[in-house]
Amino acid sequence: MSDTVTDQLLRGILASVLGLAPDRVAGFDAQTGLFGHLPELDSMAVAGLLTELEDRLDIVIDDDEIDGEMLETYGGLLAFAIRKREGTASTGA
Amino acid sequence: MVPATWPCPLPGGGQAREYALIFDHGRETRLLIVPALFDEGNRLRRLTVDVMRRLDGAGIDCVLPDLPGCNESLQPLEFQDTADWLDAMVAAARHFGATHALGIRGGCLFTPGHLPGWHYAPVKGSAILRQMLRARVLSAREAGREEDRDSLDALAHEDGIVLAGYPLGRDFYMQFATMAPQADATVIAQDDIGGSGLWLRAEPGENPKQADALAATLAIGLNA
Repeated sequence: MSDTVTDQLLRGILASVLGLAPDRVAGFDAQTGLFGHLPELDSMAVAGLLTELEDRLDIVIDDDEIDGEMLETYGGLLAFAIRKREGTASTGA
Repeated sequence: MVPATWPCPLPGGGQAREYALIFDHGRETRLLIVPALFDEGNRLRRLTVDVMRRLDGAGIDCVLPDLPGCNESLQPLEFQDTADWLDAMVAAARHFGATHALGIRGGCLFTPGHLPGWHYAPVKGSAILRQMLRARVLSAREAGREEDRDSLDALAHEDGIVLAGYPLGRDFYMQFATMAPQADATVIAQDDIGGSGLWLRAEPGENPKQADALAATLAIGLNA
C-alpha cells in the first residue's frame, strides 16, 4: 500500500460523493477546502463519505476521531486516511 | 406513467390508500419495485423512474409503490414497523398483479418473498442505521452539541429516534437493525452497472448510462 494509492482512492471516493468530474477532483490540493467550503458536503453527505471510506479503504472510523481539522481540507482528510490505513496494516487486521 | 393508489393494510385493521407510480398496459410481465429508503430514496428516485421508463419501452409493466410513512404517504412514519412494510409490499404486489420484484438498496429488505426477482446494491438495515446515526452525531457536533452513537442507540431502543429528519419508532429501529436481504434474489452489484452508486451522492442526481445498464439487466432477465 502506498500513499499514492490512498490518494487515488480518496479522490475517487470524493468524485463519487460529490458527483464531480474526475479531472476537477484531480485538481484538489492539500489546501482545497472540504467540509464548510463545499455546499454539497452537509452532515448526511459527510456520513456517507466516511462510510464509503471505511468500505473502500478497509478501515473503521470512530466518531471521536472525526474532527473539524480532518474534514476541513483535502490534505487533512488524506493524512487521516493514510494514518488509518497504516494503523490497520500494522495491527495485521 | 401515471400515479395510482392501492389499498394498504393498516396495522390495527382496515386499510389506507397509498400512492404508486405505474406503467400499466396490462402486459404479462409486471415488475414491483421497492424503492430505496429514507435519504437514499430521494437520491435514487430519478434513477428508479428512469429505469421504469426504459422497461416500459421494453414491454414490461412497472409499479413503484410508496412505503407507508414515506414519500406521499399520509401514515405517520413513527408508528410503522418492519412487518407493516413487508405486509404493505405484499399487498401492493397482489393489487397490481406483480410477477417479479426489484428491491433497490434498503428496499431489498422488503421485497415480497413469493416473487422471483432482483436486489440492486442490497444493504443491511444496520448499515443504513449506522450512516444515519453518524449523520446525526455530525450535525449535532456542528450545532455545538455532543452526542455519540452508543447513547443514541440506547435512546432509540427506549423511545425511538429521529434520524436525518425521519422519526423511527422503537420497534421499527430494533427490528430494522437486524434485517438483511434474503438470499434468494439475484443480486445486481454496482460494479455490474458501472460508475459509482447514486445513493452516495450528496445531492440527488441522474445517470442515463446507469439507468440503461440496470434496465437492460432487468429486461434480459424478465424476458428470459
